[in-house]
Amino acid sequence: MAHGAGGRAMAQLIEELFAKHLGNEYLAQGDDGALLPAPGAGRLVMATDSHVVSPLFFPGGDIGCLSVHGTINDVAVMGAKPLYLSAGFILEEGFKLADLARIVQSMAAAAKEAGVPVVTGDTKVVERGKGDGVFITTTGVGIVASGDELSGRAAQPGDVILVSGTLGDHGMAIMAERESLGFESPIVSDTAALHGLIAAMRASGAEIHVLRDPTRGGLATTLNEIAQQSGVGMMLQEKALPVKPAVSAACEFLGLDPLYVANEGKLVAICAARDADTLLSAMRAHPLGAAAAIIGSVKADPHHFVQMTTGFGGKRIVDWLSGEQLPRIC
Amino acid sequence: MSGRLLRIRGLVQGVGFRPYVWRLANELGLNGWVRNDGAGVTLAVDGAKMAEFITRLPNEIPRLARIDDIVSETAEVSDSGFAIRDSVADSVGTAIGPDAALCPACIAELCDPANRRWRYAFTTCTHCGPRYTVSRRIPYDRAQTSLAAFPLCPPCASEYTDPVDRRFHAETTCCPACGPQLSLLDAAGQPLAGDPIGETLRLLQAGRIVAIKGLGGFHLACDARNTAAVAELRRRKQREAKPFAVMALNAAALAGYAEIGAAELGLLRSAAAPVVLCAKGAGELPGIAPALASLGVMLPATPLHLLLWHEAAGRPSGSDWLAQENELLLVMTSANPHGEPLVTGNAEALARLAGLADAYLVHDRDIVVRCDDSVLRATADGPSFIRRARGYVPLPIALSNGGPSVLALGGYLKNTVCLLKGKEAFLSQHIGGLDNAAAIAFLEETVAHLLAILDVRPELIVHDLHPDYPSTQLALRLAAELGVPALAVGHHQAHLAAICAEHGVNEPIIGLALDGVGLGPDGGAWGGELLRLDGARCDRLGHLAPLKLPGGDRAAREPWRMALSALHGAGLGYRVGGWLKQRYPERDGGPLLTMLARDLRCPPTSSLGRWFDAAAGLLGVCEISQYEGQAAMLLESLAVAHGPVPPLADGFVLRDGGLDLSPLIGALLVCHDAAEGAALFHATVAAGLAAWVVQALAPQGGFLRGAVHGSKEAKIAVGGGCAMNALLMTALRRHLETAGLTLLEARQAPPNDGGLALGQAWLARKMFKER
Ligand SMILES: [Fe+3]
Ligand SMILES: [Mg+2]
Ligand SMILES: [Zn+2]
Ligand SMILES: [Zn+2]
Repeated sequence: MAHGAGGRAMAQLIEELFAKHLGNEYLAQGDDGALLPAPGAGRLVMATDSHVVSPLFFPGGDIGCLSVHGTINDVAVMGAKPLYLSAGFILEEGFKLADLARIVQSMAAAAKEAGVPVVTGDTKVVERGKGDGVFITTTGVGIVASGDELSGRAAQPGDVILVSGTLGDHGMAIMAERESLGFESPIVSDTAALHGLIAAMRASGAEIHVLRDPTRGGLATTLNEIAQQSGVGMMLQEKALPVKPAVSAACEFLGLDPLYVANEGKLVAICAARDADTLLSAMRAHPLGAAAAIIGSVKADPHHFVQMTTGFGGKRIVDWLSGEQLPRIC
Repeated sequence: MSGRLLRIRGLVQGVGFRPYVWRLANELGLNGWVRNDGAGVTLAVDGAKMAEFITRLPNEIPRLARIDDIVSETAEVSDSGFAIRDSVADSVGTAIGPDAALCPACIAELCDPANRRWRYAFTTCTHCGPRYTVSRRIPYDRAQTSLAAFPLCPPCASEYTDPVDRRFHAETTCCPACGPQLSLLDAAGQPLAGDPIGETLRLLQAGRIVAIKGLGGFHLACDARNTAAVAELRRRKQREAKPFAVMALNAAALAGYAEIGAAELGLLRSAAAPVVLCAKGAGELPGIAPALASLGVMLPATPLHLLLWHEAAGRPSGSDWLAQENELLLVMTSANPHGEPLVTGNAEALARLAGLADAYLVHDRDIVVRCDDSVLRATADGPSFIRRARGYVPLPIALSNGGPSVLALGGYLKNTVCLLKGKEAFLSQHIGGLDNAAAIAFLEETVAHLLAILDVRPELIVHDLHPDYPSTQLALRLAAELGVPALAVGHHQAHLAAICAEHGVNEPIIGLALDGVGLGPDGGAWGGELLRLDGARCDRLGHLAPLKLPGGDRAAREPWRMALSALHGAGLGYRVGGWLKQRYPERDGGPLLTMLARDLRCPPTSSLGRWFDAAAGLLGVCEISQYEGQAAMLLESLAVAHGPVPPLADGFVLRDGGLDLSPLIGALLVCHDAAEGAALFHATVAAGLAAWVVQALAPQGGFLRGAVHGSKEAKIAVGGGCAMNALLMTALRRHLETAGLTLLEARQAPPNDGGLALGQAWLARKMFKER
């Protein structure tokens, strides 16, 4: 890909690529912005996420579908129905057009499957060495009926904590691919759009207080954020945490805790205790929630600690780390 | 004007000092008076034998008293006899002392069928008994202790108010008529019939596990000679190998199991009554301290515990039985399930020890302050702490200088906190590993209690550099709440500063921090450091050649990983396959080698502790640690059993101001006798460390030329967790002495993270001064 003199031709090529794969009536308007039908009653939810991933292609997905799923999930866990996406690309000079095409196709397929069109976008090319192939920023807009909004502030002591499936698949898939760890059974990213699962969960009638997608920093970080926001503590059961054997084995070698490894197609739900079984059934009935599990409960705790009952019956703090996990055993 | 007025400072209140003075003065027929005041005790004497009084006074003081200073001046004394005067109001008795072992006078009463305290488990006087663990707040008097719930009966009250009685102002005194009572509960919490002591002994002798409420918390006890009972205790505690301490009536009862020399006996019989690590004898108590060269032993230090042996001896009267043989040997292990803090309450015991204990020997005197047993080791150069708690806390460590009040929050594992007030450092009891909420609550409790009983508002708060230690987070929170500065200090700088604090070193000093992993100011995982400390300033002169930690902290728990890493680092990666086949045939080295080759999840560390792990892993001594420090302890034990060997020639390399032990790795790889390898490792590391220091200090060509002058007097501070290795320290001391250097080590605090807070606090004052 060239930059500079051939800019016009290149821009056209890229436009055509996007039009070809992502094309829809809004994108086809060709203006600086998309003119969209205003949704009916309710409140708008908007979320934005910049996607940077190495490698760009990994088992189970690529940066394209990831950038669609990530933002849809951010909108959906607010309780909203995702409606539209925008996409901004920053391409590094020299990035292969064929790779870009693969990524755009993957985005298109993801958007189509999710039923959430990409309605506007932008592309910039930066000099070689000033980017890492491609960065994609997506913004999503959705709508939620008044009263149906969800936030991280609503967890209450006594509530039950559920996850929709196995932990750490995405992060370990990325690491295994990047470092060519070559495990016997490849670990596949769980990247997926969760709004369908969420719709099914809400349709079950269960009283859901919080939904979140535990992406970077994993479940541990997400639960600590919720505990802080809601002013509560949590107690997890180590034995109840769903982790695939391959992920567990890889984590063990690497000295990683799957609780801190990223997910891209999982959600954590906190609901009223009496509805936990209803919600669990609804989750398990959906393909993306087949391995859902009840993993713990919300407690009153002035420290807002997330704790875990270990296999031996002891309890340990699931730390909220300030950054990378630094060695600490003296 | 022939009389003398003496102002005495030290530990002289609440320890029976005034009755002591009264008795001595009356014995010598002197006139005068004695009273407590804000500074300590003041007394006036006159009479013919006054000179004898002044000579004898400091030499016959009560067992818990300590005189720091006596100022003498002339005084007018009327010849109307000797009196104990009322205390000067508002300024007295604020200090709370440590818990002290039962005194001989109380033992005599306990064993006298005619005495009203015959077999009474709470017998105490001003010379013994609980203090710190029963005190809610200052001042130290009965109303502030958990004895407040037990109003004194008339006979006890008259003892308490009689100035010449041993129980004059004995705040925790009581008797069977007015004091706490024992009861024995079954596993469901229902009282068991019969005499609680007799029934407890019967259960123990039948191989059962009984939770016994001690001074600072519950113990789990079982018959140490009953292998099945010990194995069952291990099974229930899920504690495979970590050593247990054993309680015996006297040294004779331990003959054959532990070698108890004069130094050990002195510690065992001291008022602090700690657990003392003694070299094992020829006989082995199976399952008590597997594969270790030493055994932790202690003597019964409370009437409650002593009564179990009294019962076993057939309830004799008099004191002869105390020196006689007594078969009873009990495991006494802290009742702290899953590494959480000790259990202290009766209801709490029933809940938290459910499934662990078959019965509970409890009483209704509340434990106010949780406090583990202290653990010490006697070395050729004096005793050293493994863990400092009951019997020592809250005694201060004297400092050479005063300064602002400082609160230091310590580290992560084996944590303690420290408060500096004036020229005294108050190091808290062992709190433990801060990986669970209960331990963090105990940490907060300890900070609050320490601030309250010392009546201090800290002007500075100090913590470790590690951002994720709960102690760091608490420090930041407290600093914000109190509106005072929070200072961060490097882990190993603090380890060496702790030695400076207790030895009063204020000039620049060179030190070796020999430790596990702690964060250095560059964000690296330090732990084998040659540092130069000058006040708050710290220069890193050199460090051990780094080892990679494959899998981060996981490598610290799995010595086989460290061994593989050391092989890889020494260029012996191609030998890994053969080595694993020989030592750990189940292990696949492939993934770790990939991680090491790609530098994936392999942070480097200069920690000496990890070199010990590597050696233990390499020799097949320890594959995965079952408790903190196990690999190093096993290695030391093997080396001790083997006996001394000369250091390996060319076993280390001094390069760029650092020390590289890699050559030793090659030698251990081909060493087929693990004990010989362990001895070789210790000898070579000690020689390497000494050579490193000597090279750094060499007057000609040494890179520290001029940094430390007069090498004859030069002192080298050595601290950190590896300094608990007596074999290493003894060898290092000898090497340094040969080079004309004196080794300074931690004596009053543990050299490991249990003493970290002391160093942090000392550094905070230095930083404050230099701001
Ligand atoms: Fe340390
Ligand atoms: Mg996001
Ligand atoms: Zn006594
Ligand atoms: Zn009484």
